[in-house]
Amino acid sequence: MKEILLIAIPLLAAGAAFIWPNERTRPRLLPVAGALHAALSLWLLVNPPALLTGAWFGFDPVARAVLPMVSLLFFICSIYAVAYLKVRAERRNRLFVFALLILLGFLSLALQAQHLGLLWVAAEAATLMTVPLLHFNGTARAFEASWKYLLVGGTGIALSLLGSFCLGYASLHGGGNGDLTFAALAAQGASLTRPWLIAAWVLLLAGYGTKMGLAPMHTWKPDAYGEAPGIVGALLAGGMTTMAFVAVLRVKQVVDAAGGGEMTQRTLLAFGLFSMLVAALFLLSARDFKRMLAYSSVEHMGILAVGAALGGLGIYAALFHVWTNSLTKGALFLSAGNIRRAANARNEDEVSGMAWRSPLSARIFIAGLFAITACPPFGPFFSELRIVRAAFTTGNTFTAVAFLGCLLFAFFGLTRLVFAIVDGRPRAAARATGNRFRETSGVILPPLAFLVFSIWLGLATPSLLTETWSAAAKLLFPTP
Amino acid sequence: MTNALNLFIGLAMGLNLLALASSRLPSVIRAAALQGMILGILPLLIENHFQWMVGVVAVGTITVKGFVIPHLLRRALRAANIDREVKPLIGFVPSLLLGASATIGAVALGGTLPLLPEHAGSLLVPGSFATVVAGFLLLMGRAKAISQVCGYLILENGIYLFGLLLINSTPLLVEAGILLDLTVAVFVIGIIMDRIQKEFDTLDTNKLTSLRE
Repeated sequence: MKEILLIAIPLLAAGAAFIWPNERTRPRLLPVAGALHAALSLWLLVNPPALLTGAWFGFDPVARAVLPMVSLLFFICSIYAVAYLKVRAERRNRLFVFALLILLGFLSLALQAQHLGLLWVAAEAATLMTVPLLHFNGTARAFEASWKYLLVGGTGIALSLLGSFCLGYASLHGGGNGDLTFAALAAQGASLTRPWLIAAWVLLLAGYGTKMGLAPMHTWKPDAYGEAPGIVGALLAGGMTTMAFVAVLRVKQVVDAAGGGEMTQRTLLAFGLFSMLVAALFLLSARDFKRMLAYSSVEHMGILAVGAALGGLGIYAALFHVWTNSLTKGALFLSAGNIRRAANARNEDEVSGMAWRSPLSARIFIAGLFAITACPPFGPFFSELRIVRAAFTTGNTFTAVAFLGCLLFAFFGLTRLVFAIVDGRPRAAARATGNRFRETSGVILPPLAFLVFSIWLGLATPSLLTETWSAAAKLLFPTP
Repeated sequence: MTNALNLFIGLAMGLNLLALASSRLPSVIRAAALQGMILGILPLLIENHFQWMVGVVAVGTITVKGFVIPHLLRRALRAANIDREVKPLIGFVPSLLLGASATIGAVALGGTLPLLPEHAGSLLVPGSFATVVAGFLLLMGRAKAISQVCGYLILENGIYLFGLLLINSTPLLVEAGILLDLTVAVFVIGIIMDRIQKEFDTLDTNKLTSLRE
């Protein structure tokens, strides 16, 4: 039962963080818990435990295909957090450290949940736990962002609960015995009652899609990512959205098994392409580089949705993209956090010449930019290539063309803003601020590590990972 | 049994309209609280034989939705010292008309959906849909943070009504988890409202406009 430890370790560490008396040493709990969690999930990746039938949660192939990534993301972010919280010594960190660890615990629970109700409870708890993280800075803008996040996120989570109930009723009406584990629901197949099934899919996609940040339910994202510390942005863009995507995949598996495959495909394609289009348009006019990352995240959620719509090959590519996107976003958010701190501003009008002010972070940021816009040799290039290939093999030529067009526009938008910030002469306002931001190894090595992982995943994808992804894709999209 | 059940659900549907038509915050809070308490009684009517777990959930629901959450909201109202007008973005008459037509539509829609024999003739599905729509109307159509929270509570009440369809077959553990999450949600909302009030000196969410494209 080692998979329970994946949930227990962060929760116990959170308890310890809450009663830990010393402000200065408390953040060190984060890398300790993160390292234990990462080691354990790596061990489980290599030696997957047998899944009990009918269990409410377990380390199944889908959890195995994504949970190690979330664990790795958290571990690297936790190292950055120690250095970051040292810089931000003026803010009290008890609630921040506590909420980060609880978030990791609930993400681990949600990714392993095999039961519709349990998945919802874990997803809701994780959503609530991010609120204290969002307003860590304590500014008026941060509270505004938290309020919008609560309202939009709360509504999304309410819709997914209604959808879960609809799916439960579809099973009950179709002769089910009230077993709401995903395996049991999928086994019921076509006997799920059709109208309730359709209602369930629409509501669950809208609900978990809000959490993922698919357009037009993405409105919380720019505010939240713009106001939260970089590390929180990295964990939201790589952990929270991954959890929501896995939830969508698990529900899709049930709806597909019940004969709704065409409907799930069409809706996911529509949401995916629409998200990519909206993100590309907003990227062309973005002025704030942290909000820019949020729109980039909307774009990549669209890519994941398109991948999920393209059958087994597409799901494999989407799981690959979950890894490459999340780890690359880690590099971008952490280096953007450094730049933001060094420049003391976030707007294109106020920030420029960051290649002088914070040379290392600016270089990582540019490398991250090329990685996220799918330039070789970075990971996202290879995963997006697989999605395009899946689109051509399944005969979705229009999808492939629209997909590539949106990527191109996003590339224009991202490069324009990034080079506006990095190049040029430093602004007088930034030069005037007295204490200069120091690029210590604690704030440089973590984003650099993310970049290394991004390249490594692209150039030399470990066969262990490709095997887990295809096992998960086979489970989620069984080809007859 | 079904008659008593339908009577209570009908009352809950009436409270939706009351919440939509109220022009003052305390009466919106009261409507949401009363609705929550009515919903708390329903599981006891549905279960044929008494189970202790159902009893616990019923008592928990009535306490949280009827007393704890309204108390928190009233405290926020007092602390914020705001004027108690609702400030509608969608006027009272239009929202009342929308709410009423949603109720009629929900009853019509509920008749066409396939239901298990034991649920045929009950108002659970129409009541749930009508309440969800009323919750959304309050959430979107009101400017004050407290009335938005009331809208969220009514939305949750509607979903809870739907969940009662499943009460015989799904373990109550999930319902207990849902209740717990709701409580924490309102606590978090309360804290954020408190901070917004301090930072912006208002709970009018129309003033939250510094973040936009």
